[in-house]
Amino acid sequence: MTKQVQQLDRVIIRFAGDSGDGMQLAGDRFTQETATFGNDLSTLPNFPAEIRAPAGTLPGVSSFQLHFADHDILTPGDAPDVLVAMNPAALKANLADVPRGGDIIANTDEFTKRNLAKVGYDASPLEDGSLDAYQLHAIPLTSVTVKALEGFDITRKDAERAKNMFALGLLSWLYNRPVDGTLKYLETRFAARPEILAANKAAFQAGWNYGETTEAFSVQYEVKPAPLKPGKYRNITGNVALAYGLVAASRRSGLPLFLGSYPITPASDVLHELSKLKRFGVRTMQAEDEISGVGAALGASFGGGLGVTTTSGPGMCLKAETIGLAASVELPLIICDIQRAGPSTGMPTKTEQADLLMAIFGRNGESPVAVVAPATPADCFDTALEAVRIAVKYRTPVIILSDGYLANGSEPWRIPSLDALPKLRDEFKFASGNVAVDGKAGPPFLPFARDQKTLARPWAVPGTPGLEHRIGGIEKADITGSISYDPDNHDKMVRLRQAKIDGIAADIAPVEVDDPDGSAKVLVLGWGSTYGSIGAAVRRVRLAGGAVAQAHLRHLSPFPANLGDVLRSYEKVLVPEINLGQLALLLRGRYLTDVVSYNRVRGLPFRASELADVIQDVIANV
Amino acid sequence: MSDDPMSDGTANGEAVAAEFPEPAHRFASLTLVPKADEKLATKDFKSDQEVRWCPGCGDYAILAAFQSFLPELEIPRENLVIISGIGCSSRLPYYVNSYGMHSIHGRAPAIATGLASSRPDLSVWVITGDGDALSIGGNHLIHALRRNVNIKILLFNNRIYGLTKGQYSPTSEQGKVTKSTPFGSLDTPFNPVSLAIGAEAGFVARTIDSDRKHLTSVLRAAADHKGTAFVEIYQNCPIYNDDAFAPVTEPGERDQRLIRLEQAQPIRFGADRSQGLRFGRYGALEAVPVAGSDPDSLLVHNAEETDPSYAFALSRLDSSDFAHTPIGVFRNVERPSYDELMSAQIDTARQQQGDGDLAELLAGADTWQVG
Repeated sequence: MTKQVQQLDRVIIRFAGDSGDGMQLAGDRFTQETATFGNDLSTLPNFPAEIRAPAGTLPGVSSFQLHFADHDILTPGDAPDVLVAMNPAALKANLADVPRGGDIIANTDEFTKRNLAKVGYDASPLEDGSLDAYQLHAIPLTSVTVKALEGFDITRKDAERAKNMFALGLLSWLYNRPVDGTLKYLETRFAARPEILAANKAAFQAGWNYGETTEAFSVQYEVKPAPLKPGKYRNITGNVALAYGLVAASRRSGLPLFLGSYPITPASDVLHELSKLKRFGVRTMQAEDEISGVGAALGASFGGGLGVTTTSGPGMCLKAETIGLAASVELPLIICDIQRAGPSTGMPTKTEQADLLMAIFGRNGESPVAVVAPATPADCFDTALEAVRIAVKYRTPVIILSDGYLANGSEPWRIPSLDALPKLRDEFKFASGNVAVDGKAGPPFLPFARDQKTLARPWAVPGTPGLEHRIGGIEKADITGSISYDPDNHDKMVRLRQAKIDGIAADIAPVEVDDPDGSAKVLVLGWGSTYGSIGAAVRRVRLAGGAVAQAHLRHLSPFPANLGDVLRSYEKVLVPEINLGQLALLLRGRYLTDVVSYNRVRGLPFRASELADVIQDVIANV
Repeated sequence: MSDDPMSDGTANGEAVAAEFPEPAHRFASLTLVPKADEKLATKDFKSDQEVRWCPGCGDYAILAAFQSFLPELEIPRENLVIISGIGCSSRLPYYVNSYGMHSIHGRAPAIATGLASSRPDLSVWVITGDGDALSIGGNHLIHALRRNVNIKILLFNNRIYGLTKGQYSPTSEQGKVTKSTPFGSLDTPFNPVSLAIGAEAGFVARTIDSDRKHLTSVLRAAADHKGTAFVEIYQNCPIYNDDAFAPVTEPGERDQRLIRLEQAQPIRFGADRSQGLRFGRYGALEAVPVAGSDPDSLLVHNAEETDPSYAFALSRLDSSDFAHTPIGVFRNVERPSYDELMSAQIDTARQQQGDGDLAELLAGADTWQVG
């Protein structure tokens, strides 16, 4: 049967089911197929912290949203066009986000009396007419999968578990995705279990055939590839991009990478990725706690390595003292904070931007450090390289503020050529040896004599003759580094450490403003992972005829040198943040200029439509 | 080390170590550390900093013994690194002319672990105290011990907080009256040696600040152990806990109480070495007169016994009155060190997968071409 093919420019699909239904895997594979096809895309995995919350309950719902298009897109999308609901809980938890007229593919097998009751449905919404406003495709996904796998030498449970592959096959047909990648993936994943491999492939194929042959779907959709910049692409998540950025920085600096880390959501994947990369000389240590992780990293930095630690908010609290020590002894150190909703344990798998002030100020005393934040998943790669550049050049801790959304979200990434990566090796030098010649020793080594330009102190690595010296958290005398309690010396050292960080502003890119015709009176300024939502909202406003400028900060400490001028050149500056206004507080304090702070702290990225409304409101009030 | 950063992802330590020939006889912990070109003397390890402990502090004696021992390592000064935490003892790195870091409270083992596991060409020593290592840093200590990184941990145990002016410590006897416990402390103290053995330490020893000869011999044994070596040093604090160890330091007294452990020697102690040790019914050791005892039941010291039960039983002889206090090496059992295993994994990965190819890594398995 030949089916009608309808062209679409963009689609948002949300796979939703129980935590154990394999929705993240189905979403991942669909994303990879979509990436290979050449669409632009953006993803939002959303799952509970509990590994297997009670089956069929609302807290146990796990979802994966994918937005793909034939043009450049910036966000995973606000509202799904298609919802795959594997059970009543998944339907109930996600229905409100589906616009009227949207497609719902529901697994009828799970809409049992018991499952309905678990989430408070009196009657099945598939039958009571409550979904009349949607395109409902009620399919017994479990039983058709089990039927398709009759004759395979597997348990019924294993057959049922393949239902995610059936759903993936169906969706792959519906959107005409290339399937080779998924089949290859299954072959690798189940290489050791041939029966399970065959069953999964068969379930996938059965899903595809179901779409093609049954009349449940009368239309097949096509979303053409997006005209991306020429190059070789892959899909990448933020955590993987961050890990690769660190390895690239290790290679480009010649510094062996040492990661000290304690597992914590949503940062653990960076540890997992780096642990695989021993062939790059990467040393990873799963430490006994967060403090040990950062301590070991600092020890490696003292030894002339690239010391890195990865964590999330609660771990940042524990690492604070060691970061302060690193700021005091002035050694390079990379701290990756993959932010999550707080305070305390908060919502471990949900995103937030509320660690900004902690990153900048969260230590005792005046202990300035550099802070940078990636804007998109792929940007985590470049941000890691920039963080390492600052750390090794200025001998300072640098905090990278990623977050759960960037960490797990993915997008196509144009793979950079190695020549295009920054030459970090040229950014620093170890202090050279100081050996006696003809019995005459050289001048005494001065561990706190600074480079006049960068104010960095020498990085004198153990093993270098003649540079033996002691450093520590006690205040040091300027230049000599000896213990000093002298009041004026302390005042001077406090200012020198601050001046060193402030001076980085002259060595970073100015903040760029996107203001197409220069007519905007309103600037939207963001930082970190809100880049996509803000960008999509700005496009909507411009499409509707509004004039608005957009700028995004990568450097949070110090700020780019031109930021004050940029702020002052707009009548209103809107600062959307997934916190209660932390950047806004800094801007007001630093530049004595007011900003409009817009804050939602829901554990989710902003919706573009929501931000577009906010921008329109601000424009209307100028 | 040259002033150029290392060529690629290889640890600079490995590169440096390769330049030096393997010496004929070396302490086991120093096999990857270069050998000094010239003989160094005690004075070479004295820094220009004025030593600022209280008069009479046991730390002076330990520092002096340590500095005069260091030339025996026969390594260049620049390959010696001393990392400390916070407390009186932790000031020691400032007084030794080597690389050093006076870090933060309790964290020295963590920092030393990162350094030692990335730089096998360094000899890394941790200086800590009873509060630093057993209270605020207890977690790092036990994990360093089980992890078995090639570091030497010297714990100066004065059974009191000195730098904060006299609060009880995790090794203070129960009922200790201090500023923070005017009615007596309530908690049971740690026995550092028992703790270390329980934490899977491969090398555990105890010595005393005032017995320089014994202290030096224990340092030697620690240096000859590849992996984490743990040394408890009884150290007198004349200001806040004077004579805490008098029963085992006063001449005459001490000979009645100390059990000097010597490898492969029968354990003898007390007046005229008339006492020996044997296992009691439930695995605890008991002191018995040698005369009249079945000779086969009397123990000959063996620190190399793999099973830790014996070393642990020895450590439990301690009591608040110091009636029987073993000193020397309790346990000395080698196993591969963490840094060694870490380097081996890297070598294996490179052998099996080839040296990392960055372009290949970045591209991954699923790519597509645009344009």
